[in-house]
Amino acid sequence: MSAVRSWIKSLLLVELFQGLALTGKLFFAHKVTIRYPEEHIPKSPRYRGLHAQRRYANGEERCIACKLCEAVCPALAITIDSEQREDGTRRTTRYDIDLFKCIYCGFCEEACPVDAIVETSITEFHFEKRGEQIMTKEKLLSIGEKYEAQIAAERAADALYR
Amino acid sequence: MTAALHNLLLHWEALPFGWRLTLRSLGGIIAIMLPLILAVAYLTLAERRIIGFMQVRMGPNRVGPWGLLQPFADVLKLVFKEVILPTNANRFLFLTAPIISITTAFAAWAVIPFGNGVILSDANAGLLYILALSSFGVYGVILAGWASNSKYAFLGAMRSAAQMVSYEIAMGFALVGVLLASHSLNLNQIVLGQSGNIGHWYLWPLLPLFMVYLISGVAETNRAPFDVAEGESEIVAGFHVEYSGTAFAAFFLAEYANMILISALAATLFCGGWLSPLQGWSWLAGTSLTFLTKTGFIWFALKICMFLYVFLWLRATFPRYRYDQIMRLGWKVFIPITILWLVLEGLAVVLKISPWFA
Amino acid sequence: MAATIVFIVLAAILIGAALGVITARNPVHAALFLVLAFVTSAGLWLLLEAEFLALVLVLVYVGAVMVLFLFVVMMLDIDSITLRQGFVRYAPLGVVVAVIVLLEIGYVVWTQKLGVTFGTPLPHPAAFSNTRELGNVIYTSYAYPFEIAAVILLVGIIAAITLTLRRRSGTRHQDPAKQVRVSAKRDRIRIVKMPSERKPGGGSP
Repeated sequence: MSAVRSWIKSLLLVELFQGLALTGKLFFAHKVTIRYPEEHIPKSPRYRGLHAQRRYANGEERCIACKLCEAVCPALAITIDSEQREDGTRRTTRYDIDLFKCIYCGFCEEACPVDAIVETSITEFHFEKRGEQIMTKEKLLSIGEKYEAQIAAERAADALYR
Repeated sequence: MTAALHNLLLHWEALPFGWRLTLRSLGGIIAIMLPLILAVAYLTLAERRIIGFMQVRMGPNRVGPWGLLQPFADVLKLVFKEVILPTNANRFLFLTAPIISITTAFAAWAVIPFGNGVILSDANAGLLYILALSSFGVYGVILAGWASNSKYAFLGAMRSAAQMVSYEIAMGFALVGVLLASHSLNLNQIVLGQSGNIGHWYLWPLLPLFMVYLISGVAETNRAPFDVAEGESEIVAGFHVEYSGTAFAAFFLAEYANMILISALAATLFCGGWLSPLQGWSWLAGTSLTFLTKTGFIWFALKICMFLYVFLWLRATFPRYRYDQIMRLGWKVFIPITILWLVLEGLAVVLKISPWFA
Repeated sequence: MAATIVFIVLAAILIGAALGVITARNPVHAALFLVLAFVTSAGLWLLLEAEFLALVLVLVYVGAVMVLFLFVVMMLDIDSITLRQGFVRYAPLGVVVAVIVLLEIGYVVWTQKLGVTFGTPLPHPAAFSNTRELGNVIYTSYAYPFEIAAVILLVGIIAAITLTLRRRSGTRHQDPAKQVRVSAKRDRIRIVKMPSERKPGGGSP
C-alpha cells in the first residue's frame, strides 16, 4: 500500500512541486543582502580593527614604553625600542606593528596600563607596496589624532562593561 | 525620398530570383540572430538575478542600473581573455567543437514560426529537422571533451553523450505525440492546429508528454538538475574545463541559446506558439480588452519567457541528480510513460475526441 | 545549375570523408570522418527531395549510432602496430572485395550507357510532403514487410536486454525508490520494551 502511494506520489512529482513552491515563495521574500559601500553592518564598540596610538588631552603621547604589549602579543607583531627623553620620562623611539603578523586579538589593548595602543573600528584599509603593512609610531599616532573622537566615544560606550 | 525608395524597389525587382532569395534569407538570419544573441546575454543576467532572488540575495546589481550592463561587462572580459590550447590537444577538433555547438543551437531557429507564416524556412519536415539538429549538437560536447586531452573533460563528454542519447528518445516520443495530434511535421501547421482558445492547446491532452518533453529538454541542454556533464563539484567543469576566452563564450552562448530554443519549442508544440490564450473568447470582442484576443509575436515571447523562468526556477530549487538515477529516469520512467500515452493518444485520435483530435 | 554545383561539392566531400574513414590512423578520426560522410550523404538525399530519409539518417546514424560508436572508440586503447600486423595475410581478401565492389559500380554505369535509366526524381511542388508519401507506402503496400522488420528489431532489443540482465552475487546496488520510501520510525530504529532492571539484592533505587 505504501509502495503504491509513494509510486503515485513520485509520478505526480508531488515533492518536486513542494520544493518549487518553497523557492517560488522565497523569490518574493525580503532580500537580506547588504549593499556594501552604501550600507554597513552595525559594529560593536568593542570591534577590533586597525590600530591607533592615543595622546593625552594636552598633546603628550600616552605610551610609556613599558613593553607589556610587546610581551603579550601572541603573534610577535609588535617591536618596541625606547630611551630616556631630556625631561627624564621614558618614551618609545620605535613602535612598529606588523599588520601581516597581527591577528587582531586585542591583547595589546588589554595589556596597556595607560590606554595608549587601541584597536579602532576602522576596517577599510589596504596596502599597495611591500613595507606599508608595518604601522610605525608616526602612522599610529596620526590615526589616533584623526579618529580621537570616535575612539573616545567607543571607549565611553564600552566603559560600563569593563 | 519616396523616389529613392521606389528606385530601390525597382533595383530589387531587377535582381534575379536566386539573388533575391539569398538576400532575403540573409536578412532573415540576421533578424533572428541579433535579437537571439541579445536575449542570450540578458538571459545570463536574468538567471543570476532570479536565482539570487530565490536564494534571498540580490544578484549582480552593480554594473549599470539594476545590473543591466553586466552581460556586456562579462562579454568584454571573455573576449579579451586568451584562448589557451592544452598540450597534446587536437587543435582542429578543439576549435571546431564550440563552433559545432553554437551552429546547431542557432540553426534550429530556421523552422520556428514567430507568427502565422513568419518563418525563415517553412519546411515540411520542420520537427524532424529540429530533432536531427539537436542530436547533432551532442558532437560539440563530445569533441570538446575528447580533443581537450584532459580526463575531466573526457569524463564530462562521456556523461553528456550517454545522457543526451538517452533523453533524445524520450523527447522524440513526446514530439511524436504532438505530430500524431496535429497530423503534420510543419511547425506552422502544428500551431494552427491548436487555434481556438487555451483549451485547444495540445498541453492538456498531452500533459504527461509535455512534462516528459520539458524535463528531457532540461536534460538535453545539460542544465541543472541534470548538469552532470559540467558537475563542478565532481569533475571541475566537465567538457569545457580546458576552454577559455571566446571559445568558452561560444559554449556558454550555445547552452543559453539551446535553453531559449527548448522553451520556444515547448511554446510552439504544446502551448499554441504565437496564438493568444484568450483567442476564442468572443465575450471579450466588444470590450476594451479585445486586443487580448489578437494573435501575435508578443504571446510567443511571453510563453518563451515563462518557460525560461521555469528553467531557472528548477536550477534554483533542485540538487544535481546522481548519474545512475538520471539513466534510470530516462530509460525506465520516461520511455514507458511516453509509449503508454502514445497508445492512449492513438485511441483518442481514432475515436476523434474533440476538440483536439477532431 | 546551382544544384549541380552543390552536388559536386557534397560528392567530393563525401568521397574525401569515405577515404578518410579507411586511411585515418586514429580510430576516433576515422569515426568522425564517417560522421562527415553521413552528413554529406544526408545533404545529397536532400537534393533528391528525400528530406525524411535525409533527416532520419542524421537523427539515427549521426545522432545515436555514431555517438555510441565514438563512446566506445574513445575509451579503447588501440595499439596501431598490432592492428597492422596481419595486413599481408588479409590483403588478398580485401582485394577480392574491392574488385567486386568496383565491378558492381561499373555494371551500374554500363547499364545506364545501354539506355536503362533509373529515372530522375520529378520536381514536386513546395507543398509535397515526402514524409506523408513514405508513410502511405510503408503502411499500405509494404505493411507486412515493415511489421516483420519491426518485430525482428524488437527481438534484437529483447535479446540484448536479456544478455545484460544477470544478477551477480556479491554486488551491491541501490534502489532509489526504496531509499526514498524509508521512514525513520519503521525502518531505522527499533524501540524495545523491557522491564527496568534492579541490582540483585539492592533496595529500591
